[in-house]
Amino acid sequence: MKPNGRGSRNQSCELISRATETAFAAVEHQPSTELGTGAPTQSCAESGESRPLHLLRLPQNAVPSPPPEAVPAAATADSHAMPDSPVISTFAPTAAGFGCPALSLDAAVVHNCRQLAAKIASEVTAFSEAHSTVAIERTVLRLCGITGATAAGVPLVNVVVAALEQVGELGNGIALPFFSAAVALDLTPQQLADVLADDASALSTDPLALHAAVQIRADTADRARALAHQYAQTGIDQIVAQRAARKQFLRDLGEGNQPLCYVIVATGNIFEDVVQARVAARQGADVIAVIRSTGQSLLDYVPEGTTTEGYGGTYATQANFALMRAALDEVGAELGRYIRLCNYASGLCMPEIACLGGLERLDMMLNDALYGILFRDINMQRTLCDQRVSRRLSALAGLIINTGEDNYLTTADAVDAAHTVVASTLINEALGRACSLQTEQLGLGHAMEIDPLRPNMLLYEIAHAALIRALFPGAPLKYMPPTKHMTGNVLRGHVQDALFNLVTVLTGQGICLLGMPTEAMHTPHVHDRYWALESAQLIFGGAAALGSELQFRPGGVIEQRCKQVLEKAYELLQNLATTGLMDGLSRGLFADIKRSRDGGRGLDGVFARGPAYWDPTGEIIDKQLQLISQQEAG
Amino acid sequence: MNPHGRQAAAPVDLSRVRAYGDTLDDGQVMLSFSLPVPYGDEAKEAARQLARQMGLLQPQVYHAHDLGEGFTYFTVYARSPHSVDFTNIFVPKVGLAKLDHAAIEALWQATMGTRKLRVLGACTGDDAHTVGIDAILNVKGWRGDKGLESYHCFEVRNLGAQVTNEALVSAAREFAADALLVSQVVTQKDCHRSNLAALVDLTEAEDLRQDLLLLCGGPRLSHTVALELGFDAGFGAGTVPSEVAGFLVQTVIARQAAART
Repeated sequence: MKPNGRGSRNQSCELISRATETAFAAVEHQPSTELGTGAPTQSCAESGESRPLHLLRLPQNAVPSPPPEAVPAAATADSHAMPDSPVISTFAPTAAGFGCPALSLDAAVVHNCRQLAAKIASEVTAFSEAHSTVAIERTVLRLCGITGATAAGVPLVNVVVAALEQVGELGNGIALPFFSAAVALDLTPQQLADVLADDASALSTDPLALHAAVQIRADTADRARALAHQYAQTGIDQIVAQRAARKQFLRDLGEGNQPLCYVIVATGNIFEDVVQARVAARQGADVIAVIRSTGQSLLDYVPEGTTTEGYGGTYATQANFALMRAALDEVGAELGRYIRLCNYASGLCMPEIACLGGLERLDMMLNDALYGILFRDINMQRTLCDQRVSRRLSALAGLIINTGEDNYLTTADAVDAAHTVVASTLINEALGRACSLQTEQLGLGHAMEIDPLRPNMLLYEIAHAALIRALFPGAPLKYMPPTKHMTGNVLRGHVQDALFNLVTVLTGQGICLLGMPTEAMHTPHVHDRYWALESAQLIFGGAAALGSELQFRPGGVIEQRCKQVLEKAYELLQNLATTGLMDGLSRGLFADIKRSRDGGRGLDGVFARGPAYWDPTGEIIDKQLQLISQQEAG
Repeated sequence: MNPHGRQAAAPVDLSRVRAYGDTLDDGQVMLSFSLPVPYGDEAKEAARQLARQMGLLQPQVYHAHDLGEGFTYFTVYARSPHSVDFTNIFVPKVGLAKLDHAAIEALWQATMGTRKLRVLGACTGDDAHTVGIDAILNVKGWRGDKGLESYHCFEVRNLGAQVTNEALVSAAREFAADALLVSQVVTQKDCHRSNLAALVDLTEAEDLRQDLLLLCGGPRLSHTVALELGFDAGFGAGTVPSEVAGFLVQTVIARQAAART
């Protein structure tokens, strides 16, 4: 049995002896395919450290595994004698839902909820297929290889889109007029972008000259089309190559067990972030999320280059992505486990960030269809168009998307509004599937923020977490601890987070965004993450098989609560399916926040696609996605 | 003076108060920090020496942990010989009566009639965290205390996130605001202080300062900090809307009375 492609045992033991916290993530994986033989814990002979029992990997509906002492020592002692695990998916092949006690849900209600969510999503998809946005057109240019910025820091993709918008040539998509001009002027696309950004050039000073240059001419249209297609193919091939590179890393190195430990870095300076991220990886972090500077979601451009100044986080830029990716690859190779990198495909540049993430091999992206609308007051038409393109790119890149329902209840009451989280995850799932995202890419985010002093708060948290787990088998759900009820009392906060860690492992969540005791005080210090990772390791290890040992009492508080929340979610979905998602948002059905169809930021960047709209990337992505799904099926 | 709880034990000298662990004047404090040095005996000695340089006595490194990448984390206990004179502490307070919703409405109506107190709120600068300002302004309020929008005596406009100081001041002019409420959550590199101070400067440059009540709020803000920055009041974590409402109503009434005399 091969420990899931992990580095050698010696390497792991060395890590453990070096870091006395016995980073659970350094504990070797147990294979998922063989029932009952994969029980983990033994001591690591070289170091004498005992290894925490960690999450067992069993197929869904598996019988509980035997206790560790019943496992023949040979089953885990020699990792080298075992054949390679044949299947490495984009996500760790963990039996989803393992660990969570079974929950009996009314299958008919669940089925109806999904049908309604699909109907709601199909209307959104139809809308977004009929429209485009400046961000989407900039994404097309990025995929065609346009990079760089002006001396003033304006990205060239912004310059080009703004120029064509100004002469009224954006409605049918940027690609054909832009490449027609490249052909007419005999310039490469990058050269043409440079010329447009040159204040002294005729094209940038004379709108008539620009207008003439971008006209589609019968004699060159085919050449322009072929050229655009060729450049777009090159960009998309890079994303596909990064997808393959990730697969290879996972095959060679393996990764941490679920629940993956997800921590944030947010120093504002990418070079300092790298230091913090490397330290976190050594302590057992599986996913590093680089929090963005607080202003970025409302910037209508992606900054260029490495950045050292940010507030509450660090700007997402292609150069910053590349820097962090290289650092995590390096430390991951040393630790013998692939460290995932996460950022935020959200805000006004949602599809561009997804594109850059694909190019630079990010592994996860916060990418919610509704979050920006609700919490950043971004116009709903803008975000609903942008989310589709960003998710198609994420599907292509093999990225896991994380949705943001875990934030709804920071503004709405956690118990009263629990059903809105459930309804939203179902809608996000349907929207994601409409963009070809696979189950193992759906890191639906959730968690309630119940007042910690409410009697039986833990039962309700378990109920909600178990309900989401049961609704989305196979999806690497992302569970997030509370932020609203953190007080500045770090010890109390640590206990609250510990309770959430327990719920995480008990209900078999895929990704745990580890709570920091210093939440609401400052962005995490280097040792704040150590506290959080140590707590998670203790609890994930110590309670690894708890979920498979317990049952929810039939008719008990948890089961009743799940039933009630699901029924209310069903009602909400019925309501939304009647009026449509946009209307529901304007009535404040989510997070107690009302947003109007024409309000918020970014509406001026939305336009109806013209009759001759053409985007070369769309058809290539369609083809690639088909190819990938055939490969994965075969 | 003998604070409650020490009737039989040795009395506290409030002019010389020290940190307390389990014995009066033991000076016990806990420190927790990391150093960018590799884990080992030298790291622990470095932590001890650093604690001594902080003026602490008998530092004990109870816990040291290798964070990797040349970092070590420490938990240190030590004794602090320093003391403060508690009889000579002054903390500025908002210092007005705490009124409930009905009393605030009644006070305003009795004095100002049907005119409304015009309140403009925003998260300024890069700050996108609107939870605080929403809790104070939205009808729903916070902890069962209804927000300012639920009061008859207020006309409220909430500009939301990431409003520039310039936009806020121009909105204040257009809205004829009586009061500005500014929320600041992000405090990295003290950006909240510079941003708030810049707003005060701008209202002065625009000759609006004397007509406006300037209030700020946020988890890292206090009345003391607000006064330092040139605001009229500051509200920290745990503030409920009626505290802000009570301050606004009482202050505007007092100012009007002062202007008449």
